[in-house]
Amino acid sequence: MTLTVPQQSPPAPQSLQPTGWLRYLSFSVDHKVIGLQYLVCGFAFYLIGGALAGAIRTELVSPISDFMPRDVYNQVLTLHGTVMIFLWIVPVVNGAFGNYLIPFYVGARDMAFPRLNAVAFWLIPPAGLLLISSYFITGAAQSGWTAYPPLSLTTPASGQIIWILSVLLLGGSSIFGGINFIATILKLRRPGLKLMQLPMYCWAMLGTSILVVLSTPVLAGTLIMLSFDIVAHTGFFNPGLGGNVVVYQHLFWFYSHPAVYIMVLPAFGLVSEILPIHCRKPLFGYTTMVYSIMAIVVLGLVVWAHHMFTSGTPPWMRLFFTIATAFIAVPTGIKFFNWLATLWGGKISLNSAVLFSCGFIVNFVLGGITGVALAQVPFDVHVHDTYFVVAHFHYIVYGGSVFVIFASIYHWYPKVTGRLMNEHLGRFHFLLTFVGFNLCFAPQHWLGLNGMPRRVAEYDPQFQLINQFSSVGALLMAISTLPFLWNVIASALQGEIAGDNPWNALTPEWLTSSPPPVENWKGEAPLVTNPYAYGTPENEIDLNSVSGSDLWRNGQ
Amino acid sequence: MTSLSPQDQVQEQLEHHEAEHPDHRMFGLATFLVADAMTFAGFFAAYLTFKAVNPLLPGAIYELELPLPTLNTILLLVSSATFHRAGVNLRKGCNERCRAWLLGTAVLGLAFLVSQMVEYFTLPFGLADNLYASTFYALTGFHGLHVTLGALMILIVWWQCRTPSGRVSASNHFPLEAAELYWHFVDGIWVILFVILYLI
Ligand SMILES: [Cu+2]
Repeated sequence: MTLTVPQQSPPAPQSLQPTGWLRYLSFSVDHKVIGLQYLVCGFAFYLIGGALAGAIRTELVSPISDFMPRDVYNQVLTLHGTVMIFLWIVPVVNGAFGNYLIPFYVGARDMAFPRLNAVAFWLIPPAGLLLISSYFITGAAQSGWTAYPPLSLTTPASGQIIWILSVLLLGGSSIFGGINFIATILKLRRPGLKLMQLPMYCWAMLGTSILVVLSTPVLAGTLIMLSFDIVAHTGFFNPGLGGNVVVYQHLFWFYSHPAVYIMVLPAFGLVSEILPIHCRKPLFGYTTMVYSIMAIVVLGLVVWAHHMFTSGTPPWMRLFFTIATAFIAVPTGIKFFNWLATLWGGKISLNSAVLFSCGFIVNFVLGGITGVALAQVPFDVHVHDTYFVVAHFHYIVYGGSVFVIFASIYHWYPKVTGRLMNEHLGRFHFLLTFVGFNLCFAPQHWLGLNGMPRRVAEYDPQFQLINQFSSVGALLMAISTLPFLWNVIASALQGEIAGDNPWNALTPEWLTSSPPPVENWKGEAPLVTNPYAYGTPENEIDLNSVSGSDLWRNGQ
Repeated sequence: MTSLSPQDQVQEQLEHHEAEHPDHRMFGLATFLVADAMTFAGFFAAYLTFKAVNPLLPGAIYELELPLPTLNTILLLVSSATFHRAGVNLRKGCNERCRAWLLGTAVLGLAFLVSQMVEYFTLPFGLADNLYASTFYALTGFHGLHVTLGALMILIVWWQCRTPSGRVSASNHFPLEAAELYWHFVDGIWVILFVILYLI
């Protein structure tokens, strides 16, 4: 009798993709590689944007413009805002963590459109280099990240045009990413996994991507019109030619208010993943979290004119946008109290990830309170275009989003590298960042209330002392990057081995090896129907029902 | 036999991928078209606001004629119908008929572009003459760009389904369906544009 030996299966047809570290420089279609590409690229731009912020704070140590000329100051603040928003926070909270985690969370082996995903990432480095290079070639744009006309029409055209091109590329990248996330979350879920069983970050990314798809194209169209005003001398936004600057503001803020949520909603989602794991408690109020995300998406689209209370907005508009903005505080508050309730009575391990998450909660509620205050017309008219606004939005985007980015790096680093980060350095990093951040931005509330205008290189000498406090805070923030960078590099080389699931977590990315294999799981994707089932007593678990908790208790 | 050989598994996986992909691609395209529609919405909002609050400066000319754009509307609406016929024929396996209808659609689209050009050259105002004129050219130009891309797509599909076993066929009609969805979208935008720019 002869045995027919089954033929060896051919090797996987992916041989054109490089392996090893080279794949991080390649047009890889693996969602994990793309996620890390987003993260590293974003962090490089964070360092550049941070250096620009350092230049700003150095200039503001003294009330006269002695560190750099005024027009250079304008370029630096424009680049700082643009880099931090479009090249650091948006790509990292969406692209980096979204690409790495969402396929795991929906039980898929990759994103819905892997090649589109790679295209979306590879638009970013050229766009960023284009933006930065404009400073060296012709002088960068000088009209701030808002590019309000007529300022953007009267400052040198070449820098402004390069700025527009760069933002259009980044907007395109963002839209491609948004389409991919929507399709992945809605269409690529593993059979048997229901929407209301998804980890909260999926909901946050779904909401964010809806905002991206609905609002980013409006910014693109507006910037195309602005470029016509600059290049072809049309008069869309040029009052001298019969145009209307306020229309630009409406269209710009129709994107840029949602952009705030594009930066913080994913951060909400990430914190909702981190807290339950490290407090060993279920996420409090899952359903209300989902509905408040969707409420923020809907309301976030109809509050934009609260940025324009001093632009001659008619009374009915002021009334409508004040009320709509106040309403947003409700779903946001629900999320805030849900996090507190998640922490309440939990077995909290105060590691770096949790410290940064708690720092986020504190900073974000402060930024939220000043945000509600700014939505009130009488108050806003008083502090509009002052440092109060600068303080407010840094509490949201740095105190909120950037703190969560750091929390997430500490939390998911063991998954990506298989090694733990150093906790002592991590806590030191948190301390420096938290103190530095608050020292830098809390005094700016006072500066704004007392009338110091933003975006100007020179100021009234009475503000000097407070500005110096703020600059010292900025210096601490700059220093805080060093222990972090050291920690990331040293832990990759000789950090403690983490194992597959060092946090005993239930979400699907922890139910595979660290780092995960190319298609995420060696076998079938696990069906995790309750990703937050922490703290259930052992004897109450029915081992026959398949849920996340059973999977790790069974040692899979 | 209960377990598949590794080869069969790979084969099955490939087929699985092939089978579930077109669906998502149509979904992705539809999402993209929502984004695209929002770009137009921004332009329309700007145009309507300008009309409402920014009177023309003295001496500015902004007058539109109706006959040519009406013809354009008819051309695009008919082309939507012809494209639909092409799709029906492809799914029935009648490649030759499908290609004829596709060619007809492309010709209608190109006729639209020519007619739009004729309108541009006969209008009494230029791009930078006044606010309404600029917005008019921005909107119709952006739409014309979409028609151009759509016509190119149609011609590519027309080329790809020249044999029953070509890249586009009864068994793989995604490219045709994608181009068709896009074309209907562009036609729909034109109808809105026609109403807003020419009728009100
Ligand atoms: Cu806002």
